Amino acid sequence: MTTTKTKKPTVVEKKLISLADIVIQAAERSKDPTLQIPIRALSNVAFNEKKGLIEMGSKKQERSFFNVGMAKRFMQTVLVADALSELQRADLTTSLREIYYRTKHTIKDSHENTFDAQDESDPVIEDLEVSLAALREELHVSAENRGSIVGPVIFGDDGDRVDCSKLGKGGYSVPSIVEPEYLEIRRCTADFVLLVEKGTQWNRLSEDKFWRRYNCILLTGNGQPPRGVRRLACRLHEEHRLPVYVLVDNDPWGYYIYSVVKQGSINLAFESERMAIPKAKFVGLSSADPENYELPRNVGIKLNDKDIARAKELLNYQWFKKPTWQAEIKRMLASGLKYELDALANKDFQFLTKKYLPKKLQERDWLD
Amino acid sequence: MATKKASAAETESKSSASRSTSEPVATKKPAAKPAERVTAVEMGARQREISVSEFFTKNRHLLGFDNPRKALLTCVKEAVDNALDACEEAGILPDVTVRLEVVSNGQPVAASQANRFRVTVTDNGPGIVRQQIPRIFAKLLYGSKFHRLRMSRGQQGIGISAAGMYGQLTTGKPVKIISRIGPKAAAHFFEVQIDTKKNEPLVHENKQIDWEQPRGTQVALEVEGKYQKGRASVDEWLEQTSIANPHVKLIYHTPEGETKEYARTYHELPPQPREIKPHPYGIEFGMLLKMLQDTKSHTVAGFLESDFCRVSTQIAEEICKAAKVSPEAKPRELKGPMAETLYKTLQETKLMAPPTNCISPIGEKAILSGLYKQIKGEFYTAVSRPPAVYRGNPFIIEAGLAYGNRPQDQNKPQQPTMPKAEGEGEEEDSELARVIRYANRVPLLYQQSACSTFKAVLSTTWKNYGLSQSRGALPGGPMVIFVHMASVWVPFTSESKEAIADYDEIQKEITLALRECGRRLGLFVRRRERAASEFRRRNIFELYIEEVVEACNRLKGGKLPKEKLKAQLQKIASTRTGGQKTDQALGKTGAGPEGLPHSIIVTAEGIEGETALATQIEADQATAVTTAEPHLQEEKQANVASASKRKVATPSLLEQSSRKVKTTPGGKSSKLTKTTVLRKPK
Ligand SMILES: Nc1ncnc2c1ncn2[C@@H]1O[C@H](COP(=O)(O)OP(=O)(O)O)[C@@H](O)[C@H]1O
Ligand SMILES: [Mg+2]
Repeated sequence: MTTTKTKKPTVVEKKLISLADIVIQAAERSKDPTLQIPIRALSNVAFNEKKGLIEMGSKKQERSFFNVGMAKRFMQTVLVADALSELQRADLTTSLREIYYRTKHTIKDSHENTFDAQDESDPVIEDLEVSLAALREELHVSAENRGSIVGPVIFGDDGDRVDCSKLGKGGYSVPSIVEPEYLEIRRCTADFVLLVEKGTQWNRLSEDKFWRRYNCILLTGNGQPPRGVRRLACRLHEEHRLPVYVLVDNDPWGYYIYSVVKQGSINLAFESERMAIPKAKFVGLSSADPENYELPRNVGIKLNDKDIARAKELLNYQWFKKPTWQAEIKRMLASGLKYELDALANKDFQFLTKKYLPKKLQERDWLD
Repeated sequence: MATKKASAAETESKSSASRSTSEPVATKKPAAKPAERVTAVEMGARQREISVSEFFTKNRHLLGFDNPRKALLTCVKEAVDNALDACEEAGILPDVTVRLEVVSNGQPVAASQANRFRVTVTDNGPGIVRQQIPRIFAKLLYGSKFHRLRMSRGQQGIGISAAGMYGQLTTGKPVKIISRIGPKAAAHFFEVQIDTKKNEPLVHENKQIDWEQPRGTQVALEVEGKYQKGRASVDEWLEQTSIANPHVKLIYHTPEGETKEYARTYHELPPQPREIKPHPYGIEFGMLLKMLQDTKSHTVAGFLESDFCRVSTQIAEEICKAAKVSPEAKPRELKGPMAETLYKTLQETKLMAPPTNCISPIGEKAILSGLYKQIKGEFYTAVSRPPAVYRGNPFIIEAGLAYGNRPQDQNKPQQPTMPKAEGEGEEEDSELARVIRYANRVPLLYQQSACSTFKAVLSTTWKNYGLSQSRGALPGGPMVIFVHMASVWVPFTSESKEAIADYDEIQKEITLALRECGRRLGLFVRRRERAASEFRRRNIFELYIEEVVEACNRLKGGKLPKEKLKAQLQKIASTRTGGQKTDQALGKTGAGPEGLPHSIIVTAEGIEGETALATQIEADQATAVTTAEPHLQEEKQANVASASKRKVATPSLLEQSSRKVKTTPGGKSSKLTKTTVLRKPK
């Protein structure tokens, strides 16, 4: 609440204020104030086969104040809305964590905190994104930077020129918000994008200057890629027509990461349109690779119960219904083993860069 | 703990009783003379009238004088009973003052160490006509209540004269009486003793005096006794008397120099009990024989019709026919087998139950007001059963409950919120309910476990009403159980009138009354629990309402009528969490507790239920204090270093003030067992 200039409220701010109106109007009519929040779960997503996207359905959940189970969430939602509207008025962008701290306090005459941990406030922000149909950057909230990029691409970041081919092996840290207003792609001469699940393997590829040899952009999100990384890959794909290849561990979580990049996530299905890359390809590790590349059985890891259950879930997802994918997953289940990318080092430290990827790309040995 | 003490008192009374009966039997002489036949002449030489003093000495345990402590209580009791009986019969709201003083020969003695006391009881009753005074106070078996069947405290005409006799035997001092029958009459002062040989009064002093009271009687006895507080003490008896007799204003000057005032909280006299003739089912054979001798009727049929209730001319004739007795026979001539057949026939004839309007119960309102006044609790209820009959005697059972700790005593979390593991917390919960028993409004302090009322309490399944109860024990918890039997003839287990005898009809009535009380208590306890959970829910909402309102206000640029929104949301919270009902059960509205007739609920916020009644009690007590105020002022002005301690025994007054001011002067936590809280005037 720093600057209370009589500035015209932004569209987003108006949307946020509408929450207060819901409360006021309900109270006026002695009704239970209730927010309608689109459901972010498997039950409310549909796979649009034509577009190759996971899309959010129209199911909504009610969040009512006068319901013991929801009262606190409701209160938290209003608090977060208030903090977000403050950002709008001050025209500041802040992090998820700062929102958490801004809204956290002890409730008067009690020992109870409004929020006990950030994992309570983060989902509330996502709730608001979907309910108000406002993008996170429109809400002026960013996540931590989590992701790296290296390769023949030049960005304009706050007026600075960032040449990702001249940043050594560390590369450029991908910001959380990469919309054109925040990050400009000035020049891009790469032929494709390789999105690597693990930071360790990205480091290997970067160190080996793989990107230079194959004229590509190396991207990683250190695990499940955050929205910044996904959105950047999507922009490079759309704006510069770069094919995107995904390199992940051979386990159910790797498959799912790939599917998120390709079709979007269940949780953020409303963002699929902006983030998904339906043409992305899965280069590996495939459950066929151990045989094709003669990886010894002893570098595999036994699938645990959770892995098996997750794999079976994947089999049921519509976007994994292609016969090739069913075969891929079933083959993993049949072998009872999963393989990490790192296991390729068993053959040679540079096996990934020198043998595996070149062969894969050359033979176009990927899954769609 | 409560029960232990009571049983100790019982064994005490039993052992002393057995002592006094065994003494005369302890003859160890026969060794000298071998078995020897006593001739009629010799026997005749020994046969003589037993003197009253002898009779008294041998039977003092039957009359309640078995030990000095109990004797002191009995003296107070006989005098107070008479005062109350007389006032009520005369239609006067009783003002009774009891003064106990230590009598010492020179050296001052502490009350607890003293063995001689002066008991002075003063009433504002009708007074006693001058000619009767000597005989009432100095002739055993002389009274107005024995020859009639009417509910009263005294019965045998043995009470006050026995007390006088006891005083005379233990201290040699006469009974001193002042009595005045009205403002225009003179007050008479008497000093009387009993001629123990003839059972006739000896008048030592008889004069007219000036007396500040326009009407009433004062009796002063000097007796051997022992003053000890606690169970079965004078203090307890007076306190319990005030619970069952809230229409009485009682002032008690203790031998320790305190003054306890039990205010009048109920301003109506109990309805006059009517006199009835005995019902044939209610008499014993001996009684029938006596009635046959005493009757004024000349024929058996006439006797049956006029000396009994529920016997019409026609029924009298039928009885005679069935008993094969001529209706014209002279009653006095009916003896032996003939009389016996008549007795049997009387018992077998179908007769209407006796009229029951001869009984005057205390009444639910009055019981409530008595309990509320004297016992700290959260919940009170009272039940008066409709009249019933045992062996031709009409009676009414009344029961009441005072339950819980007063809200300010609830600093510790309320009872069992946490589930307890086996064996856990049994020590803490060992507080057992206390039973207070009454017969015709007189507290019964001895022989609890022999009493029908107590047995009925034990056999009631209190677990059904949310209380704990071990097998064959009193229910657990902070609770006082009140049981009263009102009857023209209360069947005691013994002459000492300490326990009510077991009759199925009586047991049944007591049980029904207790069950109804228990049912209401269960309702209260359950409703309180439910309300508490609703209240917790509401608290959650109220906790967040503030946050939501503030956030909305900021969203709206600080231009929101905050208080309005807050009030609106709070109203919704209230209606969604049981609303009024929760408020009510928690005692936040003034309305009466739904579904709980004749009950009072006390909470931190105030009283509900028979509120008018309860507030009247409190108002009364407030005025009681203002009247006491001048004394305090005087004391202050005179700057006397408070030699005369004046304590006001109005606990709920104290609570009331502490409820408001939040400080309890002097008194710390006060439990149910400690029903009076004393307050020092400084
Ligand atoms: N304080 C009193 N005022 C008026 N009458 C009294 C008082 N005390 C006793 N009496 C009369 O004296 C009678 C005898 O009393 P008491 O010896 O106690 O026998 P009981 O109470 O059993 O009749 C009573 O029945 C009553 O008529
Ligand atoms: Mg008497």
